[in-house]
Amino acid sequence: MQVKLSDSPKEMNHAIEQAKKQQSISISEFFTKNRHLLGFDNPLKAISTTIKEGVDNSLDACEESNILPEIIVEIKPTTKDRFIVSIEDNGPGIIKEQVPKIFGKLLYGSKFHKLSQTRGQQGIGISAAALYGQLTTGKPIKVISRIGEHKPARSYELHLDTKTNEPEITKDIETEWTRNHGTRVAIEMEGKYHRGKRSVAEYIKYTAVANPHAKLTLIEPDGSKIEYQRATNQLPVKAKEIKPHPDGIELGILIDMLKGTSSRTLQSFLTTEFSRIGSKTAKQICGEANLYPNARPSRIAKNEADNLLQALRNTKFIAPQTDCLSPIGEDLLERSLKKEFDADFFKAVTRTASVYRGNPFKVEAAIAYGGSLEKDSPAEIIRFANRVPLQYQKSACGITQSISKTNWKQYGLQQSGSNLPNGPVVIVVHMSSVWVPFTSESKEAIAHYPEIIKELKLAVQECGRDLGKYLRKQGKEKDEAKKLSYLEKYVPVIGEALNEILGNVNEEEITRNLKDTLERSRK
Amino acid sequence: MNEVLTKIKDTATRVKETINKKKKPELTIPIRSLTNVNYDPKIGYFELKGAKKKRELTVNTIKSFAQSLKMMGLSKQIVETKDMATKREAYYVSKNWGDARFKEQRESDSVMDDVEAMFMVNREQLGFVPEEKGGDIAGQLTVIDKDQNTGEELKIDCTKFGSGAYSIPSSVEHLGFETDAKFILAIETAGMFQRLVKHNYWKTANCILISMGGVPTRACRRFIRRLADDKKLPVYVFTDGDPYGYMSIYRTLKVGSGNAAHINKFFCVPQASFLGVTPEDIQKYKLPTHPLKDVDKKKIKDIIKNDPFVKQHREWRLALEKMQKGGQRVEQQALAAHGLNFVMETYLPEKIKEVSKFLP
Repeated sequence: MQVKLSDSPKEMNHAIEQAKKQQSISISEFFTKNRHLLGFDNPLKAISTTIKEGVDNSLDACEESNILPEIIVEIKPTTKDRFIVSIEDNGPGIIKEQVPKIFGKLLYGSKFHKLSQTRGQQGIGISAAALYGQLTTGKPIKVISRIGEHKPARSYELHLDTKTNEPEITKDIETEWTRNHGTRVAIEMEGKYHRGKRSVAEYIKYTAVANPHAKLTLIEPDGSKIEYQRATNQLPVKAKEIKPHPDGIELGILIDMLKGTSSRTLQSFLTTEFSRIGSKTAKQICGEANLYPNARPSRIAKNEADNLLQALRNTKFIAPQTDCLSPIGEDLLERSLKKEFDADFFKAVTRTASVYRGNPFKVEAAIAYGGSLEKDSPAEIIRFANRVPLQYQKSACGITQSISKTNWKQYGLQQSGSNLPNGPVVIVVHMSSVWVPFTSESKEAIAHYPEIIKELKLAVQECGRDLGKYLRKQGKEKDEAKKLSYLEKYVPVIGEALNEILGNVNEEEITRNLKDTLERSRK
Repeated sequence: MNEVLTKIKDTATRVKETINKKKKPELTIPIRSLTNVNYDPKIGYFELKGAKKKRELTVNTIKSFAQSLKMMGLSKQIVETKDMATKREAYYVSKNWGDARFKEQRESDSVMDDVEAMFMVNREQLGFVPEEKGGDIAGQLTVIDKDQNTGEELKIDCTKFGSGAYSIPSSVEHLGFETDAKFILAIETAGMFQRLVKHNYWKTANCILISMGGVPTRACRRFIRRLADDKKLPVYVFTDGDPYGYMSIYRTLKVGSGNAAHINKFFCVPQASFLGVTPEDIQKYKLPTHPLKDVDKKKIKDIIKNDPFVKQHREWRLALEKMQKGGQRVEQQALAAHGLNFVMETYLPEKIKEVSKFLP
């Protein structure tokens, strides 16, 4: 609604009243009204988003505590359009004080403010799912958690106050649980369960591909159980937390950093708050920005910050360190694909790290071809960002576009124009970064930064080249077989025709001699 | 023994002996294309230059090699029993050849053309006939044929077909002719032919009308050639004003084609000349036109550059260039824009007064 600018006291009162109202809208209420932003806009998506957020959290929690993840996802129908969705892990468990914050409070998370490769980025997800459940069924959220062998498991029920964004524990009792440590959250919600494309089952399968160290179990509404075993017992190397790299920093962020730093001088601000800036470089930058190295960071004015930014932009830095990234690895990615897809050819590639706007990232790609993969359909594209499968907004995603803009004909696949290639192919692309740029809040499509697109293309092309070699070799063998069958078919016809014309021809002699001659000349 | 039978047996014997010497046999076939013909206006038709392709029997060629031999076998059988087979029938016979059978008639036609060229004979000599109609005749001509049962002489008066016409048979070698006509008018479209027949134009102009119905068949070409030779008649050709009418129809009638160059000698009509519709007529008679299609433009360009006939006749090159520049083509029926009978009353009489101006 538009408020007209006016001096009339009556209308001013109106505006003040409105402002009061706006203030009283809580974050929970805001999301109640804008749930499409978070992936709860339809009953199909509600269940899959819930599971996605839950599984992401479980995997992250396990890895941070050096535990090989073991996750059970169950969707149990209660009425025709209601389900209890539960996610259970063998993670470290959650202490009582944290339970309402993690499952009940929006925008609460441990990952929002740090730069390292983690799955979720904003800490909205699982609490939004809890909120959705409560809104559609009125039922409390049930959490069981145990933090160690020597402590009893506790069972909680939570209620969320949507006006104040305050969760409340309504029940807390000790309970028996078979696990020594771990967490199980169960949310009853309205929803719909489906199979096929963009389904929960597909999500779990893809998650298994990208997380070969995790054991995943899915129990579907009809009771059928799908298990994904590990391809390795090795946890991925832990991603390190890093300071921002000076390349690609933006003015707003720079000003916030200047305000928030505990450094007392500009020089130490530069060396401690950024990676890859030493004291010598820091001094040079200050000089170029016309600022004193021992100026107080909090006193830097906006136009001075602007100069500082220019100086940063004009300086060349060493590329950011890459130990903050945790790729799956060529070997594991290939093994993991072999486990989940029945194909004849596999190839995986992990590129070296690269940088977009100061954020290091790494692209991995893999291809599976042939076998029982579907022959007459477009390639199956599996997209991952930090090991999380992306299932929606396929065509808006930089990964999809990089694949369709690659010329697959030269690698022996069919392709019309700039579409996805056709054939029995699965193409997997994984982008890992301390900050994956998405095109929107629902985090389903990777943004089109030229540096990223370039790496994506190089990765799939590298896989494509090997596929091309493989297919050419196959083609040759097929040709050979075809030629052999040609001999079998047509050599006797020649003898037969000669006999028709001349009579008295020994057809067997002709066939024997001709076959002999032709086979000899092929070698 | 029949010449064709000898050729077939000689070739088969050579193939057999080569195989039994454990060597790879070859079939030698002249290259059937415009690039492999010479044209000398004094000789009057496209002559084979002599470039040949050798089809060696290898794993890659074995299928067509086997098919060629089977086709020769079929021909031998037909010729020995004095029978004949249409091209379509030959295609169906191949259905008994197991894996060597043809999938489409196009394939069997092409193998037949190869065998024909290999022996430098006409396919009728191999016992094969096309099922296409030869063309229609009306006018001052009596064709002398034989009764198919008794062998008695039959005189067919082509003035007595009323609004219909006499059909040229697929084989014309045995026909005789009687005529007082002054010339032969060969017409591209059946529609124009009918208009002229309807108004007995042949009577007014004292001529023989022949409808070619597009590119003339071999029978039609041979018929015109024999008639023109026999009765010393000039042949005037009347087609649409487009590259198809000029080259595919007129040029093929006059000097033959690249594809069947080995038989052009018998099937050409060197005494033919081109009446119209010429690019010049478009302006002279103010005829309604259509823009040239892209394929037409491409064809003209290609003809000027590559066609040995056009290269020898400057007049044709100029005419084609004129058409290229104007960007327009014209149909025979466009003459109706000046009245339905304009073609008989004005166009043709005016044209025939100046035969010397016809395109060669």
